[in-house]
Formats: sequence, C-alpha cells, structure tokens
Amino acid sequence: MVLNMGPQHPSTHGVLRVLLELDGENVVTAVPDLGYLHTGIEKSCEDKTYSQAITLTDRMDYLNPLGNNLVYCLAVEKLLNLEIPKRAQYIRVMMVELQRISSHLVWLGTHALDMGAMSVMLYCFREREEILKIFERFAGQRMMTSYIRIGGLSLDPPSGWRELVKRFVDMMPPRIDEYEELLTNNRIWHGRLKGVGYLPAETLISMSTTGPGLRAAGVAFDNRKAFPYSSYEEFEFNVPTRTESDCFARYLVRVQEMRESLKIVRQAMDKITDQGPIKSEAPGIVPPQREKMKTEMEALIYHFKIFTEGFSPPPGEVYVPVESPRGELGCFIASDGSPKPLRVHFRGPSFVNLQALPLMVKGQLIADTVACIGTIDIVLGEVDR
Amino acid sequence: MPQLANANASVVIDRLRAWKSESVAQVIEYRGETTIVVPHKLLLAIARQCKEDPELNFDQLSDATCVDRFPNEPRFELNYQLLSIPRLARIRLRTSVSGQQPVIDSLEPVWPGANWMEREIFDLFGIRFEGHSDLRRILLPDEFEGAPLRRDFPVEGKR
Repeated sequence: MVLNMGPQHPSTHGVLRVLLELDGENVVTAVPDLGYLHTGIEKSCEDKTYSQAITLTDRMDYLNPLGNNLVYCLAVEKLLNLEIPKRAQYIRVMMVELQRISSHLVWLGTHALDMGAMSVMLYCFREREEILKIFERFAGQRMMTSYIRIGGLSLDPPSGWRELVKRFVDMMPPRIDEYEELLTNNRIWHGRLKGVGYLPAETLISMSTTGPGLRAAGVAFDNRKAFPYSSYEEFEFNVPTRTESDCFARYLVRVQEMRESLKIVRQAMDKITDQGPIKSEAPGIVPPQREKMKTEMEALIYHFKIFTEGFSPPPGEVYVPVESPRGELGCFIASDGSPKPLRVHFRGPSFVNLQALPLMVKGQLIADTVACIGTIDIVLGEVDR
Repeated sequence: MPQLANANASVVIDRLRAWKSESVAQVIEYRGETTIVVPHKLLLAIARQCKEDPELNFDQLSDATCVDRFPNEPRFELNYQLLSIPRLARIRLRTSVSGQQPVIDSLEPVWPGANWMEREIFDLFGIRFEGHSDLRRILLPDEFEGAPLRRDFPVEGKR
C-alpha cells in the first residue's frame, strides 16, 4: 500500500511530501517529493546586486537567518578579498551561536512534540523568546534580521546589550538541565528513539551527510574546527560526538551543542570591546557613515554609487562552507565582474541530509518515520530554496 | 588556511598527473582555493581516483553545482566540491559541457550523495547525467517545461 504523507502534515516540519510504500505497519520505501516551498531564491539573486541579495538569504533556512547571512557575506567578502575588523567578527560569532541555540530549541521542541512530549515544546519556545528579544534589540527584527552585511554588521550593538546577553547566558544552563531531566532518562523517550534511524558512518559520509547526524556516528567533523572562519579559531569549545548513530544519539549531540554554544557566547562577550568598528573601511563597497555622507563629497558619491549601481567584485568563483545547526551550509558564488552575481548557489544541509531518509526508515514502523524526519532536522525553506 | 590549501592542492595535482597525464587540463588558484579543470570525458574516472587513491581520500562530495556561461561555449560549467574528512582537505573539480549536447557522466556511482544534487542540476539547468539511477525533476513540478536557471530563461514575466 502506498500512503501519502502529504505536504500538509503536522509532523513533516514544513511542506514535505513523503510517499510511503507500506507492508502492514512497516515501511518498504519512502520517497520524498520536494519543491512545495521552492521560490527561486538562487535565480532571484542573479537579478539583484550583491547587497540586495542579503535579504533573500535570510529566508532560506528560516530558523538560522543569521547563519545564512554569514555564509553569503563571507563568500562575497572572499571574492572582494575584504578584511573584517575583529570586533565585527566577534559580534558575528556571538550572534550566530545565539542563532544556533535558538534553532536547536525549535528542533527539540518540535521533535519532542512529534514524539508526544508536548510540554517540552512550550519550555523551548519560552527560552527562544529571550533570544528573539535579543535579536530585536540588536537588529530591530526578531527573525529575518539581515544583521550581517558585506563588510561587517548593519548596526552597532545597542547600549545595555551586555546585561541582556548575560542574563540569557546565566539563565540558560539550568533550563537545558530541565529539558534533560524531562527527556534523557525518560522510558518513553528511550523507546521512541533508541535504535531508530540507525545508519553507519560510512553510509552517512558517502551520502554527503554533515552536521549533528554525522557527529552522532562518531565522525568529529565540524567546519568551525576543520576550516575555521570569522575568528572561530580564537574560541575554545568542544565538538560533541556519540557513536550509536540513532535518533537518541543525535538528540544528545544537539543538546550538548547548545551548551557548547553558550560557552562560545560567553567568550565572545569578553572579547567584544565597547568601542570599535563594526564595518571595514572599504570605500566603494561598504557604505559610508551617514554623518560623513551628509558633509563629505566623496562619501556622498560613494553612497550614491553603491546604492544605485552597486560594487563589482573581480571575476572568479568561491565556495565558503560554514557550520549551520543542520550541517555544512555552503555558498558558491560565481562573479563575472558585473554588479550582479552571475550565479549564487547555496548548498543546503537539509536538502543533502534528507537524501538519507529512505535509507533510514527502510524496514521501520510508520511512527519511526516521524522520528527520523525530526531527527534529520530539516527546514523546508533550505531544502527547496 | 592558505598554506593548507596549497599543500593539499599540489598533492592532488601531482597524484592525478602521475596517474594520467591528461587528467589535469588546467589549475586555477584564486583566493586560496584551488580548482582543477578536467576534460569532461575523464570526469568519472578522475572522481573515482580522487576517492579511492589513499593519498587523496576524498570521501565526501560536498556540493555539485552548475554555472551557465551563456552565450560563451562550452556553455555549462559544472563545479564539484570535494572534501576529504580524514585529511581535512577541500578541492574543486571543474568541467564543461556544450549547450547543444548537455550530457555528462553521473558521479552517483562514486558518491551516492550526488543523487539529489544532480537531480537538482537536471531540473534547473536541463543537463542529463548518464548512469544516474533516478533522473527526474526534484524541485519543480514534473509537468514543468524548461530549465529556469539558464541565463536565457527570464527572472520574471512571461516567456
């Protein structure tokens, strides 16, 4: 029997359609059908200047907009060979790690909800509210912040930001302990997740899986450690791994990653100075300060040129990989020397990791399919773009 | 990081040239990244060599993508990002196919993770992959006609 787990379903985490071929309660094959959220972001980027395309990147992986901004801006900055001031890099790291915690909170809340543990969802979203409040104070926006721009950041951190972030960082560890208290030793949680969705490490590597799914199989590969970017080499943190490679192992890896991200946020807070630049000095690429634009002629001309024509990186191609909460998020940009990119391609970890779903659910129960979809941690905006 | 890229790149180029001298058509070094341009007929063999040679050990295909260089020929430029997890090394393989006959060997036999990546390129660019197990559209509806990411397909409006 072929059962349609339609695009509209509370447990597919978005508009994902899975065609399940069943033999009684067991799944013979599962064929994902994608494209219900395809909005042509990569094509639209070709019609916009490099800075205009930043707002499009927010909307791909909508639980990690700052990470999307970062990977795109790092790629454009690599094309331009632009140096970013250390202070801006530290603030970027802090914001991206807060985003990682917020993304893992949504993952935990929705995954637990799928498994029936409904109260965890509300607790996770309560903490996520605090992070969204921080983003609102920094960038004016809760989610699609576009806070990371080419050359640095869009705005200076607001006054009083240290107290705000410190309050969150102090509040969070006991809350993570609370989630673990509810779930980690829970017999029902063990029954639903242990031994479900097992794939050996060689299969995961050859299926191009990255992120917590690969680390739960014992492969300690993390782009922040392997190919450090944006000053990550100056931060001390561990990369949690497990060896069982089932849904329960992935849960443990992600919960531990939340704790490691808090460590990084604390270190970033110490490194960020109260005064300092948030953007590089690159006339013609990075817009000048508004006060200078109103009094200096050169600044006014640069401002005009940047916002009407845009800047043109030299012709060439770059690929920048970063570690998103879901795995390796990559941005490939090909420039032809014009103000608009020739080709922008985003290597979405959700898209690539979802390939492994048919292998994961083969022979398992339908209820385990829901667990497997949740454990891969997909965001359809990134799968479909 | 640039040192790592250069040391790794020369190992790859030397090993590939030693295995087959015509495998490396061109080497491009840009912004600390190395791209090896390979003839499209040798792509599958070179990919297999990159994976199986113990000194290269590129066990994962990070990304496969296409750039449409219309109206230049050869029109479609395929870029494959390879990753070696044990050696923590990255390299890019590039090859080109013409616009009149956009066909190339599938890399799915070497890295099964290429499956959906090549389906996406087939869907959006119209390039056929020989040897692919399940070549059909992935993001667009099955009845869709055309290849939207080609440069001659408009961004908006009617065609």
